[in-house]
Amino acid sequence: MSTTITTRGPGVRTDRRRVVRIGPVSGVVRTRQLLLPVVALVALVLVSAVSLGRGDYPIGLADVLRTLVGIGDPTQQFVVTQLRAPRIVVGVLVGLALGLSGALIQTFARNPLASPDTLGINAGASAAAVAVIVVGGGTSGAAQLLGGLGLPVAALVGGLLTALLIFGLAWRKGVDGYRLVLVGVGLSSVGFAAVDWLITRSTITDAAAATVWLTGSLNARTWDQAWPLGLVLVVLVPVALACSRQLGVLQFGEDTARALGVRVGAAQAVVVLVAVALAAVSVAAAGPIQFVALVVPQVAVRLAGGSRPPLLASALLGAVLVVGSDLLARTVLPVALPVGIVTAVVGAPYLLWLLVRGRRALS
Amino acid sequence: MPERTAQAPPAVARRTDVELAAQAQQEQRRRGLLHGPATRIGGLWLLLALAVVACALSIAVGTRSIGLGTVWQALTDPGFTGDDAVVIRELRIPRTLLGILVGLSLGVAGALMQGHTRNPLGDPGLLGVAAGASAAVVGAIFLLGITTPSGYVWFAFAGALLGSVAVFAIGSSGRGGATPVSLALAGSAISALLYALVRAVLVSDQQTLDSFRFWVVGSLSGRDATIAWQVLPFIAVGLLLAMVNAPALNLLGLGEDVARGLGQHVLLARVVGITSITLLTGAATAACGPIGFVGLVVPHIARAVTGPDHRWLVPYSGLLGVVLLLVADVVGRVVVRPGELQVGIVLALVGAPFFIALVRRRKLSAL
Repeated sequence: MSTTITTRGPGVRTDRRRVVRIGPVSGVVRTRQLLLPVVALVALVLVSAVSLGRGDYPIGLADVLRTLVGIGDPTQQFVVTQLRAPRIVVGVLVGLALGLSGALIQTFARNPLASPDTLGINAGASAAAVAVIVVGGGTSGAAQLLGGLGLPVAALVGGLLTALLIFGLAWRKGVDGYRLVLVGVGLSSVGFAAVDWLITRSTITDAAAATVWLTGSLNARTWDQAWPLGLVLVVLVPVALACSRQLGVLQFGEDTARALGVRVGAAQAVVVLVAVALAAVSVAAAGPIQFVALVVPQVAVRLAGGSRPPLLASALLGAVLVVGSDLLARTVLPVALPVGIVTAVVGAPYLLWLLVRGRRALS
Repeated sequence: MPERTAQAPPAVARRTDVELAAQAQQEQRRRGLLHGPATRIGGLWLLLALAVVACALSIAVGTRSIGLGTVWQALTDPGFTGDDAVVIRELRIPRTLLGILVGLSLGVAGALMQGHTRNPLGDPGLLGVAAGASAAVVGAIFLLGITTPSGYVWFAFAGALLGSVAVFAIGSSGRGGATPVSLALAGSAISALLYALVRAVLVSDQQTLDSFRFWVVGSLSGRDATIAWQVLPFIAVGLLLAMVNAPALNLLGLGEDVARGLGQHVLLARVVGITSITLLTGAATAACGPIGFVGLVVPHIARAVTGPDHRWLVPYSGLLGVVLLLVADVVGRVVVRPGELQVGIVLALVGAPFFIALVRRRKLSAL
């Protein structure tokens, strides 16, 4: 039923491939690609479980389990279900959204440097959020309006509007990945310039608050943030995973994809919109957590092999990175730093190590 | 030829016309607006003239407007004194000089960077230069209490060099050597790491944030005349290396294997290019803080004019950088009088719409 083929061309090193044939159906089984999501899922469950028990007020694993089924001591019950659980759930969802969004965008743009940040979501969301922080306290009509909007809504609206503007500006009989990324870079720089300008004009207290938000943090997240995020993900994640095949074909270039029967325009629009929406809801919930969307897909593709970032594994690894970083930030570090700092400090050396070990160059 | 057209069925002739037009348009895009050495040299003179006009504006326009006649007098007549002369000689000229140097460096470094990474997102900051400089400046403010732009210069420069060396060392240590993708990824990873450290300090210390927020915007104001002279030697060496590197970039654009086959020492070309980018961007960042937009956008504009030949692309990018930076600086002095908008902010606000219009109007010639 199964055979092993080893291909070795001149200068090309290909992994052993296991081919499974069942009757008339045959396919290549890539063990690493199948195994990686499973390993990531197990890691995610473990990290989340540890994270529920650890913190300023440590709770044993048995007690955590007891509170989860509702028979724990009331204090522990409160700490676990009202303080830690929402925080961890938001972390998991944000990580899933960012990892998936990054994998979609990088595959679509065929550029390992592309990420939702490139599409202006972070720039728009940051500009809107910092405007709320800096201007929202004022007494003028516009300030009242901004203040009344609230930080998450403002960030969501800012991010989505910017992304749609970029999408609209880049649309000329279809979206070209190259043009989309360049327009995104242009408009993002406007957003970040606005952020820098607002920060130089604000009081130092507002500037400090804005800096914390801009770093991305899971502090004081409640179920109020977790529910909408969860609902959006329930809708968008299946859509994204369903796009996987079209994405694989789109990699060969638009003309080839069209010849192979993919409706290129529609597929591209769906992929970009899903990626944008995922990134926007995550920014609204936790601020622009740096680095996850950029690096996780690259780590995933290096772990799994293959020619493009695996979607499911990227999402799960993103969640592991965010929740794990938050756990580190809360327990190991002497000062409670925002999670956005730790994701970079944990993720960057890992990517560097993968690069140094470099099984092969990926382009 | 007329007989042939008459013989061919009209439908076919029309299609060929369309095809020919499309082909010509494509060819035009590939080669850029200007081709042929004579037109390109003409374009270079035009840009130089634009740069001179920008310099004149930069000296004449500001919170205190000075007529061009007075400017000329202050420049040529050493005996001319008064407030205007002081403003021109002590403030405006050093500032303009700094603008020229920084614009030139960032434009050239951007062209080299996009050539080496073959990536349209290849910003000079990608090599870890801006991140290294930021980390060093934050360190200088937080640990040593330094708070003036002139005090930051050497810290920023050292940080920029270290950041770049680290990126190159890690990016080139994998099996494939210093490939564009590994360099770019190493750059973004190290930048993210350094920025995380910067943010960790900023989040926990408000005093450092208070000084740093004005440096990180990127500005030409408040820099005394000595800064330009301090960074000048590094920029000069960087420009020289860039000119040496430009022909090699044309070969590297064909792919490393082909370049090697044509006799190009690939590693040498990479090292020269990256040294040049580091010196130029490091010096510019040390002088003015991280100014992001120029290095990213200017090469795209230049490529639309010259096509992908780096021997033309590099000087065009340099001069365009000067024009863009000086004009942005002048605009920043005028729009919010009597205050000033930092040049980094104006660049993004003015440059971005222009850049987007360019991206939309024509398919940019690819790398």
